[in-house]
Amino acid sequence: MQPTEQQQLPANNETLSNDLLLDMYRSMILVRHFDRRAVHLQRTGRLGTYAPLEGQEAAQVGCGYALQKHDWLFPTYREHGVSIVHGMPMETIFLYWNGRPEGCVPPEGVNIFPVSVPIATQVPHAVGAAWAAKLKGENQIAVGFLGDGATSEGDFHEAMNFAGVFKLPVIIFCQNNGYAISVPLSKQTAVETLVEKAAGYGVEGVRVDGNDIVAVYEAVSHAAEKARRGDGPTFIEAVTYRYGSHTTADEHSRYREAAEVEAWKAKDPIDRLKTVLIERGVWSDEQDAAEWERVDGLVQSAIDSMQATPPVPHDRLFEYSYAELPQELVEQRDEMRELYGKGGAK
Amino acid sequence: MAKMTILQAITDGLRVALREDERVLVLGEDVGVNGGVFRATDGLQGEFGPHRVVDTPLAEAGIIGSSVGLAVNGMRPIPEIQFFGFIYPAMEQIVAHAARVRMRSQGRFSCPMVIRAPYGAGIRAPELHGDSPEAFFVHQPGIKVVCPSNPYDAKGLLLAAIDDPDPVLFLEPLRMYRAFREEVPEGRYTVELGKANVVKPGKDVSVFAWGTMLRVALEAAKSAAEKGLDVEVVDLRTLSPLDRETIAASVKKTGRAVVVHEAPKSAGVGAEIASVIQDEAFLYLEAPVMRVAGYDTPQPLFSLEDIYAPDAKRILHGIDKAMNF
Repeated sequence: MQPTEQQQLPANNETLSNDLLLDMYRSMILVRHFDRRAVHLQRTGRLGTYAPLEGQEAAQVGCGYALQKHDWLFPTYREHGVSIVHGMPMETIFLYWNGRPEGCVPPEGVNIFPVSVPIATQVPHAVGAAWAAKLKGENQIAVGFLGDGATSEGDFHEAMNFAGVFKLPVIIFCQNNGYAISVPLSKQTAVETLVEKAAGYGVEGVRVDGNDIVAVYEAVSHAAEKARRGDGPTFIEAVTYRYGSHTTADEHSRYREAAEVEAWKAKDPIDRLKTVLIERGVWSDEQDAAEWERVDGLVQSAIDSMQATPPVPHDRLFEYSYAELPQELVEQRDEMRELYGKGGAK
Repeated sequence: MAKMTILQAITDGLRVALREDERVLVLGEDVGVNGGVFRATDGLQGEFGPHRVVDTPLAEAGIIGSSVGLAVNGMRPIPEIQFFGFIYPAMEQIVAHAARVRMRSQGRFSCPMVIRAPYGAGIRAPELHGDSPEAFFVHQPGIKVVCPSNPYDAKGLLLAAIDDPDPVLFLEPLRMYRAFREEVPEGRYTVELGKANVVKPGKDVSVFAWGTMLRVALEAAKSAAEKGLDVEVVDLRTLSPLDRETIAASVKKTGRAVVVHEAPKSAGVGAEIASVIQDEAFLYLEAPVMRVAGYDTPQPLFSLEDIYAPDAKRILHGIDKAMNF
């Protein structure tokens, strides 16, 4: 897949305040640094398999900034960026990728559903949550995230149809990064753009340059305002690219050329916003260097917390399998304790 | 003879089938250019072309549903589900269609396909990459379920499954994919479906297992031997249909049985094996049939997976309970 210039909404940088742009810029740097550190932790045996997002920062951070605190996110396994912006502590995300059950738990008041691993399965959930918000008369919207490959799954189509039929306050936010693991978009679908699919469900479709954070922010803001007005769902296709592999267990050089990756890096979302900020006279290379150092402290502190977390207590295997543990499971738990001890902190 | 891992033996089996039979095609997510996420189909698209080793869209129901149509219309599809825990969107196609085509059409149509899926936990993978839902499929009449535990069986069972006139779910123990090598004959040979294998004869207690758990059971048998117990280890190899004869013969000899699986205990395949034993060898039993299985909780995230799946210690605990009843 080659970078595209096509977009429907103009990235009108004049409309957003310097403060907002600076905030979003700092968040993109934080997310990129978080991501790079996570990959490094995996490579050095301190984190499990991890799904990197580098290259998709504008799509995720821009989306996150256009939402309100009480809105719902239904993420895939690659939504670390938008999750951080929406209030998920980085430490929690690290714990998730270390196979820890605590890693699925957002803080109180943060409406982020646990990561859905099976593809597209979370999109109907977003639709349902939006339905509930509508029924309760709350001014709340839900965002269902998915990738390009997920548009091939039945759950996506069923969710789009429900969203349209019930005119729900939901945004179905697709980051088209060009690949479903190794399979390029051209083998995923016979249409040129994913946004075309929205028409089949009577859902408004918007296609944006996902590496232009202003375009993403404006598209999501527009969709969110529309949803809150009661004017129904929007499907957003944010065209972007993942620089790295699908996960740390994947090797992307097996299925695409380095030149393609480099071509996308020339459209880097962070570089683009930095250029704008420097042109506006509100940012400098010195400030930039200082900011990268600042976020390193934040990410390091999250890593320290993750590493200081005591080993998982073995009872966690059984806790929360039901509200009240059935007797058979109580017996299994007791046998487990007998065989393996309590785990947890020494 | 070349020494191969289970993974290489599977690739070799697929290559044999693709060479021998033009009707055979391999399809699934990332099976082509990428050679599969575990490399089980590595090199096959290069050798046989993109029309026989096909990267499909990301859609499990589509992969299995279109395989039903391919099979009904004369092809021999070998669809891959990337991880067994990703098979759920295809449940309807398997349960409502693949398994019923022969009966529904009263033999006019059939559905010869082999659904391959890496199976089981133990490799520190993310959620739903380690599920063991084999019992759902063993419960469904009309489809066979096979699970090899070693490279020789992997290739031989795979080729037998491809020859089989009915749909077969072929489960590949992913923790064992690259764990060890064994000699695997070149070219075609088959291992008959529906036949268990007494891997280690013994006289005191029978341990029934398959896939990854077979290796763990052998480890437990070795430890038990140090305590003077002579454990018979039986590799079921096919979970549906079960080899009732071999199961019964083993229990009639030892009088005690332990069934091991990674899947949750309740209503697992172990329960069916226990039932076969009481049907066929009731009067020979010296103790109740013990089940050593995953706990009745969802497969946990990987920080807890080591205490979830049975290990040698837990199997020994089950053996002790069977011996000291």
